[in-house]
Amino acid sequence: MSVVAMTVNGKPASADVEPRTLLVQFIREQLGLTGTHVGCDTSQCGACVVHVDGRAVKSCTMLAAQAEGAEVLTIEGLAANGDLHPVQKAFREHHGLQCGFCTPGMIMTAVDLIRRKPELDEETVRDELEGNICRCTGYHNIVKAILAASQEMR
Amino acid sequence: MSGAVTAEGIGQPVRRKEDFRFITGNGHYTDDIARARQTWAYFLRSPHAHARIKSIDTSVAEAAPGVVAIFTGRHVADDGLGGLICGWTVTSKDGTPMKVGPHPILALDTVRYVGDHVAMVVAETLADARAAAELIDVDYEALPAAVALSTCQDEKTAQVHAEAPRNTCFEWELGNKAETEAAFAKADRVVKLDLTNNRLIPNAMEPRAAIGEYDKGSGIYTLHTTSQNPHVARLVLSAFVGVAPEHKLRVVAPDVGGGFGSKIFIYAEETACVWAAAKVGRPIKWTGDRSEAFLSDAHGRDHLSHAELALDKDGKFLGLRVKTVANLGAYLSTFSASVPTYLYGTLLSGQYDLPAIYVEVDGVYTHTAPVDAYRGAGRPEATYLVERIVETAARETGIDPAELRRRNYIRTFPHQTPVIMNYDAGDYEASLEAAMEAIDYKGFAARKSEAASRGKLRGIGMSSYIEACGLAPSAAVGSLGAGVGLWESAEVRVNPTGNIEVLTGSHSHGQGHETTFAQLVASRLGVPLDNVEIVHGDTDRVQFGMGTYGSRSGAVGMSAIVRALDKIEAKAKKIAAHLMEAAVEDIVFENGTFTVQGTDKSLAWAELSLAAYTAHGFPSADIEPGLKEGAFYDPTNFTFPAGCHICEVEIDPDTGITRIVKFVAVDDFGTVINPMIVEGQVHGGIAQGIGQALLEHGVYDPESGQLVTGSYMDYCMPRADDLPNFTLGFTKTVCPSNPLGMKGCGEAGAIASPPAIINAVTDALGIRDIEMPATPARVWEALQSAAPRAAAE
Amino acid sequence: MYQFNYERPKTLADAESLLGKADDPKILAGGQTLIPTLKQRLAMPSDVIDIGGIKELDFIRAEGDAVMIGAATRHATVSASPDVQKHNPALAALAGGIGDPAVRHMGTLGGSIANNDPAADYPAACLGLDAKIHTTKRLIEADEFFTGMFETALQDGEIIKEVTFPHPEKAAYMKFRNPASRYAMVGVFVSKGPWGVRVAVTGAGQNGVFRVAEMEEALAKNWSPDAVANIKLPAKGINSDLHGSAEYRAHLVTVMAKRAVAAAG
Repeated sequence: MSVVAMTVNGKPASADVEPRTLLVQFIREQLGLTGTHVGCDTSQCGACVVHVDGRAVKSCTMLAAQAEGAEVLTIEGLAANGDLHPVQKAFREHHGLQCGFCTPGMIMTAVDLIRRKPELDEETVRDELEGNICRCTGYHNIVKAILAASQEMR
Repeated sequence: MSGAVTAEGIGQPVRRKEDFRFITGNGHYTDDIARARQTWAYFLRSPHAHARIKSIDTSVAEAAPGVVAIFTGRHVADDGLGGLICGWTVTSKDGTPMKVGPHPILALDTVRYVGDHVAMVVAETLADARAAAELIDVDYEALPAAVALSTCQDEKTAQVHAEAPRNTCFEWELGNKAETEAAFAKADRVVKLDLTNNRLIPNAMEPRAAIGEYDKGSGIYTLHTTSQNPHVARLVLSAFVGVAPEHKLRVVAPDVGGGFGSKIFIYAEETACVWAAAKVGRPIKWTGDRSEAFLSDAHGRDHLSHAELALDKDGKFLGLRVKTVANLGAYLSTFSASVPTYLYGTLLSGQYDLPAIYVEVDGVYTHTAPVDAYRGAGRPEATYLVERIVETAARETGIDPAELRRRNYIRTFPHQTPVIMNYDAGDYEASLEAAMEAIDYKGFAARKSEAASRGKLRGIGMSSYIEACGLAPSAAVGSLGAGVGLWESAEVRVNPTGNIEVLTGSHSHGQGHETTFAQLVASRLGVPLDNVEIVHGDTDRVQFGMGTYGSRSGAVGMSAIVRALDKIEAKAKKIAAHLMEAAVEDIVFENGTFTVQGTDKSLAWAELSLAAYTAHGFPSADIEPGLKEGAFYDPTNFTFPAGCHICEVEIDPDTGITRIVKFVAVDDFGTVINPMIVEGQVHGGIAQGIGQALLEHGVYDPESGQLVTGSYMDYCMPRADDLPNFTLGFTKTVCPSNPLGMKGCGEAGAIASPPAIINAVTDALGIRDIEMPATPARVWEALQSAAPRAAAE
Repeated sequence: MYQFNYERPKTLADAESLLGKADDPKILAGGQTLIPTLKQRLAMPSDVIDIGGIKELDFIRAEGDAVMIGAATRHATVSASPDVQKHNPALAALAGGIGDPAVRHMGTLGGSIANNDPAADYPAACLGLDAKIHTTKRLIEADEFFTGMFETALQDGEIIKEVTFPHPEKAAYMKFRNPASRYAMVGVFVSKGPWGVRVAVTGAGQNGVFRVAEMEEALAKNWSPDAVANIKLPAKGINSDLHGSAEYRAHLVTVMAKRAVAAAG
C-alpha cells in the first residue's frame, strides 16, 4: 500500500491504496465518485473517460499511481458552480443519451474533442468517437449534440 | 373513459426529466451502490464446453487471504434450492411437452458451456475473490461437445441433456400443413432460400451486477440487481428457486444501463448472491466484467432456416413453408422457448395476404451459452426470412420489389393470418410510399451509375416489416404456454399538496418513462410535469408488475396508468361535487380545474387534493378520505407496429467495405407521446440491426466450444463511424385495442433493418444471398466467387 | 491484476538502476498495452517501473535531415507536433490514427515499438522510414529491431531512449482497421528517401511487421500505384482468422500499398 495524492474536481484527494489500483477504482471506490463507469475490460468502450491534466484518458487503463500529483476532472466536476457545461446541456437538448451508462465518458470525450478541434464536422465527430461505445442511441443524437455544443462554444 | 386525454403535452418532444442525473454523474446503477461490511463475489467458470466434474477441492482457496466462504453446486443442492426455470412451455407437434434438462445455479456434476458457473468465491475484495478462485482445484473430465447448429441433432453428436435425445428440446409446428401443401401444388413458381440468422451477444453497456443482503432480525432478503422486471425476478426466486418467501424478498432494480432483453432473465449470479448473503451474514456484491457478459449473458437469434414461397403467375403469394432449427444453448433461459416459436412463427405472414403458412421449428440444445430474447426476439428472425424471400421472389420474377410487395399487402382490417395473429389496423402502402419518396427511389438508377463511374457498387433494399408488440394479452399468451400473465399495473398517488407519484410495473432502462409517463399524467390532470414523479423498479414500492420488454411499456404500461387516472378523476369529481354542493354529473374537469357546469364555481387541483386528505365533512359512507387509485390493465390484443425501411449502400469492391449512404425508416407506431424519445428508440434499434447485418457475430469454435468472440477485440460493436445519420418518417393508424392508440416503438428498428441492408448488399453485389454479418471479408469473398445474378438465372 | 511494486523514477539513470535491482520488472510507459495485459492477469511482473515521468524521454527535435522523438512521447504529441507535421506528415498522420483519442493521450512511441504488437502502427513507420532506435545501451537499426511477434532485439534492462526518423521525400501510411478491435488488420507504410524505397507491412504477418522487397523494387523503378497493383503476396505467413482469410489480407496489402503510394503523391 502507498499513499496516492492528486487533485480531483478541484479538491485534494488522497488514499492509501495498493499499487495495482486503477485510476477508475480510486475515483469510484476511494472517492465515491460513481459517475465514471466501467463498461469493458479491453480499454475500448470509453465509459470510464476522465480528464487528467486537461486531456481525456481511459481511467480503466491507468494506474492511480500514474496520476500522482495530477489534476483530474470527472463528470461530477464538469458543471462549474452548478452551471451545466454546454456539452451537458446539448446532450439533454438533443436526446444524446438513453440509459445514461456511456454518457459520462461520452461527455468527457466530447469536451476534450471540442477543446482540441473547435471547428467540427459530422465526419470528424464520428471518427473521434472511435473509443466510445453506445448501445442505445445509434450515435445519431450524440453526434448532433456534440456538433451543437461546438457551435455554442465558438 | 371519462374526460378525454387533453392534447397538451402529448405529442410534444419534452426534454427528459431523468437526464439531469445522468449528465452530471449522479445516476445510481447497481455497481454504484456500496453496503457497509459488503463482501465481493467472483464466479469460477467452466473452461470447457462440456465436461464431467470429477471433484472440486476448495481447501487451498478457502485458506487464501480475504476469503469469507466458497460455495459449490453441492451447497446449493444440500440447501434444497431449485434450479432456474423457463417460464414458457412449448408443446411439440406430437403433443409432448418440451424436454427440459436441469439448470442448476452452480454446476453439480456436469458443465455445459464455457462460462458455466462452477463455484462462487466470497471474499473481502474482488481481487481476493478472484485470486482465490484460481486456487480452486477442479478435476474435469473433458467430453465431446455439441456446438455447431447444423450437426447438433445428429445421432453421433454429444448430448447436452439426457432428457432430450438428439439435443432436441421440442419439434413445434404452426399453421395449416395441408392447405400449404395444396398451395404449393398449384403454384406457378416456387422460390427457395436457405438463411442463417446470426448469433448476437446483447452487450448492454452496463454489465450485469447484483448485491444480495439479508436482515437477520426481520428475515428479509434484499436484492439489488440489473433487471428489466424486478417483480418477475422476485416471483421466480421465491416460488421456483425457493430463496425466500415472496413477502420476505425485496428486489430493487435501480438505474439500469440498457437491457435489450438480456436483463429480463433470472441468472445464476444474482440468485447465488442473495441466497448466500444469509449464509455469510454480510452483503455480497457481484459486478460482472465485460468478458463475463460475453460468456454468460443470454445470447440472441441463431437460427438456420429453409424457406419456400409459392406464387401464382401474377406474383400473388399463395403459401409459405418454413423449417427452422433454433439454438437454445445449453440451458433453457427464462423465456427462451417462446422466442423461436410464438414470437417468430406467428409473424411469418409479414404484411402480406398469405393464405397458407406452415412452419416447423426444432428448438435444440448446444454446448453454448443460453439463447433468449434480444431486442425484437423472434420477430427480427421472422422479418428477415419473409423480407429476404420476398426480395428474392421479386428478383426471380423480374417484378420490382416495391410492386411485388404492393400486390400482396393486406389492405382490409381486421385481418386473420393463418398463424394466430389478428392484425387490427395498418396502412402498409402509406409507409412504403413515404419511404420511397424519402430515399428518392426513382433516382436510384442514376446514383448507381454515378457510383459505378467511381468504381463503386451501389445497391438498394427495402423491408416492409410488421411486429406484434405490447406483449400481452394474458389470455392469449396463457393459451400459448406462458407461465405468467402479461398485463401491467399502475397506481396513482395524489399527495395532499397536489403533486403526484405514479407507481408503475414497467421498468425504464433508457426508454425515458420518467418523462413520457409524466407527460401523460401531467396533461390529463393539468399539473406541471415537475409535479409528477414516476416510481418504478422496487418491489417494496410497486406492488406488482411485469416489466419492460416487447415494446410493451407504452401500450400496456401507460394504458394501466390511464385506467388508474380514470378512477382518480371519478373520485376527484365525487369530492368536488361534495365540496361545491353540486351533482357529480355536473362536474367538469379541465386543465386542472373542477367547475360546476352552468355556474362560476370552481376548485383548483391543489385545493381538491388537500380536501381529499383533510376530509372534513365527507359523507364517510359515500366518500373515503384520500386520493389514490390502482389499476391492472390487460389488453384485448397484441399491437402491430409496422412500416417500411429502405437502405442504400455503396460497396468498395477493392476492400469489401459496405458504407450505408442512406437509411430511411418510416414507421407506424399509432399514437406517439414524445416524438423525440420515439425517434431515439428507432435510431438505437436500427443501429443494432445494422450491427447484426454488417458487424456483429457471436462465434464459438465448432470443435472446442470456446467463445471466439469473447471481447470487443473480436465482437464487432457498431461505432459512430460505422453508422449514417438516419432519416425517419412516421405514418399513423391508431391501435384500436388500447385507450391511447399506441403500438410500441422499442424494437422496430432492430426488426426492420437487417433485411433492408442485406437486400441492398445483395443488390449491389448482384448475388442471391450473403450471410450476416456481411463483413468486408465476406463481401470481398462473395465478389471473388460470385457469378452475376443475371447469369445465374 | 496481480500485486506488484510500483516505482516512478524521475531520471533515466534511476530507471536503469531500479530495473537492475528488480527480479522480474516491466517497464510502464503509457500503459495502453501493459495495463490491459496486467488486468487480464496475463503478466505477473515483480515490479512495474513507470518511465512516464522521465522528462528527458519526452521531446521532439528536428535536427538536420531527421526528427528525433523521445521514447516517452505520447502519440497525441507526435501527431500535433509542427516539426513532425512539416518534415514527416505521414508519421504525424500515423500517430494521429493510433487507437482512439484517449489512447493517444497516454500511449507512447517507445511503448509501442518495445511491445511490437503485430497489429501496431509504429513498427510499420520505423521499418518504413529506416528509423534508428537509440537505447540506453546502443543504436539499433529498425531492420534489426523487430524480430518477431511481440519480440524485439531489446535485452533485459535495456530502455529505448529515442527514435530517429530521417525525413522522407515521399511517404504515406494506409491502414485497414480490424472492424472489431480497430487495430491494423493490414497497414502499409510506403516511403521514398535517401534509403531508397521502403514498403513495410503491419497487421498481416504472422511474425509481425515485414518489408515487401518485390514492391520496393517495382516502386524504385516506377513510383506509381500501378507499379504495385499487380503484386500479390503469397498467403503463406499471413494471418487468418474470423475477420478475414490470409488471401483476403494478402489482397488488402496490395490495395493499401496502392492507396498509400497514391496518397504519398
